Amino acid sequence: MVLLGTKKGAFILESTVGRKQWSVRGPYCQAWPIYHTVFDPATKSIYAGGGNAWFGPGVWRSDDLGETWSQSGEGFSYGDDGPRIDEIWHITPAQGALYAGASPAGLFRSEDQGKTWQHVASLRAHPSCPQWTPGAGGLCLHSLIVHPDDPQHMWVAISAVGTFESTDGGQSWMTRNKGVRAEFHPERYPEFGQCVHKLLLAADGKQLYQQNHCGVYRSSDFGAQWEEISAGLPSDFGFPLALHPRDAATLYVVPLNGAIEGRYVPDARMVVWRSTDRGDTWTPLTKGLPGEHAYLGVLREGMAVDALDPAGIYVGTSTGQLFGSNDEGESWQEIAAHLPPIFSVETAIVEG
Amino acid sequence: MAQVHLPTALGALVPGLPKRAEVDSGTVSEVIAQLNARWPGVAACLCASREALRPHINVYVDGRRAEMTTPVNAASVVRVLTAVSGG
Repeated sequence: MVLLGTKKGAFILESTVGRKQWSVRGPYCQAWPIYHTVFDPATKSIYAGGGNAWFGPGVWRSDDLGETWSQSGEGFSYGDDGPRIDEIWHITPAQGALYAGASPAGLFRSEDQGKTWQHVASLRAHPSCPQWTPGAGGLCLHSLIVHPDDPQHMWVAISAVGTFESTDGGQSWMTRNKGVRAEFHPERYPEFGQCVHKLLLAADGKQLYQQNHCGVYRSSDFGAQWEEISAGLPSDFGFPLALHPRDAATLYVVPLNGAIEGRYVPDARMVVWRSTDRGDTWTPLTKGLPGEHAYLGVLREGMAVDALDPAGIYVGTSTGQLFGSNDEGESWQEIAAHLPPIFSVETAIVEG
Repeated sequence: MAQVHLPTALGALVPGLPKRAEVDSGTVSEVIAQLNARWPGVAACLCASREALRPHINVYVDGRRAEMTTPVNAASVVRVLTAVSGG
């Protein structure tokens, strides 16, 4: 299955192992804007986080693969003196608990499958918080990693703020932005203020990658130091990032033409770029993707891989097209053409 | 008992919530608390905090725009409306 969050609800696309023919169902979640839809393999539940203009932030849950849904916004608050939470941007199931990232940025945890949520206050208690300044995408907490072998080891990434690491299960946080440029900031390498767009941990549990407003980066020491790997790409600006499910050296990005140049794919040609050497070199993947007049953008959560072999790669655009590859990016097909603007793409393998 | 009229869209979020309910008098805040006690989740949908309604939720008491502190008496009609919004 491919799970989508869109401006007008969650959608589910289904196929068989060959991944050639796809069916589409949705929209779910009362057509709320949904920023992230994710499958929890431990409980087989689907969670969809978002928020609508009237009823505020919420997380939807389905225990029957999308047939029926329930919603809860219980606990999404920074208290009477804090800023109002508008949306939930990201959900990560982790070893019995659920974490949610909000906008404006903050971290929440649920221990009852999303019925109620508790604020993880330590993140907004970080001394940098009063200086967090939103960018065009707001102040969203869009990346949330819990190490698969050590639930005490976590990272979060916030647009226009940067990356944080915790080694004590979220009780305290350290900025992790060394080596990451912030060209829009008076200091080129500030402690925080970098506009990270997506942060992911590779399958080996060691290699971190990020797509930033100012380049693509890797870190082999859990984020203590970052090394830029943008050379060879047509632009250092982009939003999404996807990592191979087994090979920690293989990653995919979709550069856009620039932050203030329209934010569409360079020369209006849709290209996914792949590196198989941790970003040392890049290869354009174009077979089956539109080669002209494609004024397409892809957002922060807009690309995902599946765990099959060969891996499938999926890219959803901000104008509602979903492209998929069933051969690790060698060839592509348009799976859906007229969906609402796609905010997030995730995958799930379900025995049927 | 005061009468409360609730938006249909809220019923999709809160299981069992009727379109109309009877509540004791108090303030708008206390009325929402009564509703939330009977149908958990109502307050999270309508209120940004204990002191404020969400920006696009409008509450009218006897035809007048109300806030959380507005009194509701036993004969009042309270209407909860979703404002013009979205895109």
